[in-house]
Amino acid sequence: MKRLGPFVLEPRLAPSRAAVLGVSLGAVILALLLASVVFYGYGRNPWQAYVQIGRGVFGSWPSFSEVLRRAIPLILCGVGLTLAFKAQFWNIGAEGQLLAGAVAATGVALFLPVPEVWRLPLMFLSGFLAGGIWAVLPALLRVKFAVNDVISTLMLNYIMIYIVEWLVHGPWKGPTMRGFAYTDAFPMSARLSYLPQTRVHWLTLALGIGAALVAAVLLARTRFGYEVRVVGQSTEAARYAGINFTAVFALVMLLSGGLAGLAGVGEVAGIHWRLRSPAHISMGYGYTAIIVAWLARGSPLAAIFTALLFGLIFAAGDYMKTALNLPFQITGVFNGLILFCLISFDILMFWRVRLSKREKAWIGQAGSSAR
Amino acid sequence: MDWTSWVISTVSRALAFGVPLLWGTLGEIYAERAGVVNLGVEGMMILGAFMAFAVTQSVGSPGLGLFCAAMVGGVAALVHAFLTVTLRANQYVAGLALSMFGLGLAGLLGRGWEGKPLSSTLPYLTVPGLSRIPVLGPMLFQDQTVLTYIGLVLAVLLWILLFRTRWGVAIRSVGENPATADALGINVTLVRYLCVVFGGLLAGVGGGYLSVAYRPAWTEGMTAGMGWIVIALTIFAAWDPLQAIWGAFFFGALYHLSYRLQAFLAPELLKLMPYFFAVVVLAASGFGRARWRRRAPAALGVPYVRGER
Amino acid sequence: MVGRFLGQPSDSPRPALVLLKDITKRFPGVVANDHVTFELRPGEVHALLGENGAGKTTLMNILYGLYRPDSGEIWVKGERVDIRSPRDAIRLGIGMVHQHFKLVLPHTVAENVALGLAGMPFWAPARAVAQKLRELSQRYGLPVDPERRVWELSAGEQQRVEILKALIRGAEVLILDEPTSVLTPQEAQELFKVLARMKAEGHGIIFISHKLDEVLAVADRITVMRRGKVVGTVLAQDTNKAELARMMVGREVVFRFTKTVCQPGEEALSVRDLYVRDDRGLWALKGVSFGVCRGEILGIAGIAGNGQRELVEVLTGLRPAERGKILLLGRDVTNRSPRLLSDLGCAHVPEERIRMGIVPGLSVEENLILKRHHREPFCWGGFLQTWAIRAFAQKAVEEYGIMTPSLRTPAKLLSGGNIQRLILARELSGKPVVVIAAHPTYGLDVGATEQIRQLLLRQREEGAAVLLVSEDLEEIMELADRIAVMFRGEIMGIVAAGEATLEEIGLMMAGERRPVSVRGEGT
Repeated sequence: MKRLGPFVLEPRLAPSRAAVLGVSLGAVILALLLASVVFYGYGRNPWQAYVQIGRGVFGSWPSFSEVLRRAIPLILCGVGLTLAFKAQFWNIGAEGQLLAGAVAATGVALFLPVPEVWRLPLMFLSGFLAGGIWAVLPALLRVKFAVNDVISTLMLNYIMIYIVEWLVHGPWKGPTMRGFAYTDAFPMSARLSYLPQTRVHWLTLALGIGAALVAAVLLARTRFGYEVRVVGQSTEAARYAGINFTAVFALVMLLSGGLAGLAGVGEVAGIHWRLRSPAHISMGYGYTAIIVAWLARGSPLAAIFTALLFGLIFAAGDYMKTALNLPFQITGVFNGLILFCLISFDILMFWRVRLSKREKAWIGQAGSSAR
Repeated sequence: MDWTSWVISTVSRALAFGVPLLWGTLGEIYAERAGVVNLGVEGMMILGAFMAFAVTQSVGSPGLGLFCAAMVGGVAALVHAFLTVTLRANQYVAGLALSMFGLGLAGLLGRGWEGKPLSSTLPYLTVPGLSRIPVLGPMLFQDQTVLTYIGLVLAVLLWILLFRTRWGVAIRSVGENPATADALGINVTLVRYLCVVFGGLLAGVGGGYLSVAYRPAWTEGMTAGMGWIVIALTIFAAWDPLQAIWGAFFFGALYHLSYRLQAFLAPELLKLMPYFFAVVVLAASGFGRARWRRRAPAALGVPYVRGER
Repeated sequence: MVGRFLGQPSDSPRPALVLLKDITKRFPGVVANDHVTFELRPGEVHALLGENGAGKTTLMNILYGLYRPDSGEIWVKGERVDIRSPRDAIRLGIGMVHQHFKLVLPHTVAENVALGLAGMPFWAPARAVAQKLRELSQRYGLPVDPERRVWELSAGEQQRVEILKALIRGAEVLILDEPTSVLTPQEAQELFKVLARMKAEGHGIIFISHKLDEVLAVADRITVMRRGKVVGTVLAQDTNKAELARMMVGREVVFRFTKTVCQPGEEALSVRDLYVRDDRGLWALKGVSFGVCRGEILGIAGIAGNGQRELVEVLTGLRPAERGKILLLGRDVTNRSPRLLSDLGCAHVPEERIRMGIVPGLSVEENLILKRHHREPFCWGGFLQTWAIRAFAQKAVEEYGIMTPSLRTPAKLLSGGNIQRLILARELSGKPVVVIAAHPTYGLDVGATEQIRQLLLRQREEGAAVLLVSEDLEEIMELADRIAVMFRGEIMGIVAAGEATLEEIGLMMAGERRPVSVRGEGT
């Protein structure tokens, strides 16, 4: 307990939902305030800029739909990361897993002779598996060789980035594309359809929302979800309970990477219709998804909404680039700031401020006198 | 080119390319020895690279550029220290945030500087006398910048500081058992701040080296994951400054060879080598019985809370 | 006032070394110290006696600056002081040897002692301190090698390092928290000699303990605490065990169990020539063999770190055996998974309750099904059966008296005693064949201790084979039917509880072999 004037700061062991929501909102707002400095730096009034961006993004259905479009990969990657983070597996590799999915989908779209009706389903399936396998690798490395998961997932991102670069510059480079580092365009049967007037490839969006629902049920109501939570909370207890680490980590990463892989399929089949340079395909969705998952505090359903928030930031970044002539890198600064604010506000959730002079016992380690 | 000159130039370039890795790793070793993981190395390095370039380009002094790079790295690390030591935020996430922020900010600020060659770069030295030694001379004493030698000397000094002085005992104790150190009068918070900020200074210089010496130009994302390699090297070096020299040299060689071997293999595939080997090397060092002796500081990643229970 | 020892407490007008006056300290839910007054004079050993949870350690942590009192005064050598941190305490000449040593394990002894020590040179402080260390260890009879790494030392040696650490900092007041819990009875005698030497030099020693015999042997004065209050202070020579026990527990005698006669059945757990390595790759168990029968309790005694932890881990599938065999009801279960062992009826009450025994963030009900979460009725077709879990948890909470606000409360919010009740409820409700209990009552208050001992005895009566690992010799003597003593990874001997004397067991704990008892033959 700490005293601050007439107030007492009390630790609380389990933050309430309201506290979590309030603190998270506060963090986002503070980040926006801090980001105002950037607008000043570019000689613009931040308030006006925010208003203008708001009008621009929410002004019409086609422009608002860009938020949804940007949110699709974030939902899929974000839901996947909430699963991995629940098991305390630091999957920083959604970026690479997304690209792995894109590569597999491209392979199916361009080179696999299958009936046209099967093409899209097979693209999604292969994308899921490719992303999943790319993610299972670090899981096995951690369990069998004690390789730090942050580093292995990160390194695999770089490896996949260069693999994609190699493919689009080398073996898969489209003969019809002349100088560009693209593959050939996908056949029509390998392209996703849009919601009217938009570029929202609704099938992937539906997959994302479905994945969030399934993940929520999986975590709360199944044996596998229970084991994931035990492993994430306490490796010692998990060992003690005889939980098979290898299986839990491998499966949770298969799902996590698989969902990121689906996001990659959505991007190539929905937006680009070809494989191209990694920077164009992903724009850092895999990294932003880390913030999506962190802000969602381990809840896959909440990840839908936090993904929308970051979809909004991306859409705003597009708008700033075209309408305000501000660089797109602003979104990176934004994202970093939001994450900074989030983690520095975290500590607030574990303190409750109230007026002093009241001795109210909370249930503590020492207090066996339960209510 | 015959094979001796090939080896000589490879060793020489590996040494030069190992410099940013060495500086970054030495800094990260100190931060982690005090119990704080800083995954923001990539961000600190890119900020350092941009800062060094911008200052050198404006003022014309690479020395001042590197100094400013160190400062910006230090300031970034100070943010990390504040978040993780004072606010006790999750060290992984704070470091990731720092990397994202650093990459974004450097990209944003650096837009106007993109693609311009640097007018005054850090000079390459030829050590008089020593450079005449056959084989070793051209390997080690030609075409290196002063940062190569400072880095090597620094590694030795930092080893001595860590293992043979009072401060070293304090730093290592803070990383292993902060409660004990605290009880014996060591200011845990101060030690952690100093070590993290020191790590930031070195990472800033490492980044600055890239833009004022190795590739005297500014390109967005020019650190290309070197910051993450540094994290891997810290583990690989078993948190020992002397071993960091070998690690940095090895990865410097990999980076160099990824340019050198382009006649034989696609450049994209060569470029992924360092990242691939980072995983392989970690897997190898995490294997077998040696694990316990090479283990991380016990309190690494754990915020220290003094207090009642 | 006549003392039995040299350096007897004096009535001289010299001020007390330490005076704690009217100290009150509240923790959420409990008053740990309730207007406690305590005085230490130079040249005396003043014992602080009380059950676990009586508030002894809290009081000493206040004196050492780890906690701050809510009210009350601290006087040191006649001056009112404010001790905000251990640093202040050290400056005032107070040293404390905690029950869990505060040492940096990978560092050398010298480095540990040099840490934060004023007046050390900047370069090579360890070398400078080593010299001083040798002098001190000679003077007080505390042999220790300054160059060795602390993790290589035995618990007794580590304790010496802690004492030296305090002495080198000029401690006039030395607080020892349950110092004998890591020592053999013989080593404890050695420690008492060291204390006598320190006393003769005018040091004051506060000796925290809950063991009556040793307090009577070592102390000049004894202050007894119960539930945060001081019951009274007596001279050691004027009191006896019965009186102290009454003061400590608050009723006539320490409780005795009505234990039925042991009727061992078939051999449920059998261990043959087991070899196991520890985390560092060194041998922790070297050819251990024994058996436990249904309906009996086998106690494993020994100083901490002689292989008990590894024994428990290998028996529960948490650590691989390099050689040897483990049989559970005749079935070979060597190196099988913890899940299989648990499914076969091997219950495990782990040493590290909070780290291993529970999943801190999961609710009480979810913790109660850990280990059985994959089986019916709790899991069906991969889905958790909420109603079955709820019903089971409700019953367990009532039956075992787990005090919790609700079934959905995170387990980490429970008190230590209730966490242990939760673990026992989970482990014992499945009708186990073998119960492996490691330090089941360690650090619990009297009520929980009594309940948990009763639960173990009930298991024995219901026909389970119980393996009880404990460092508390009294507990082992009281509960076990046979006692096996471990030393450096080997079993020194197995004796029937009724036939063993404390001294005999002490010698075995120090490494002397005894023939294996014939009765209840298991090997």
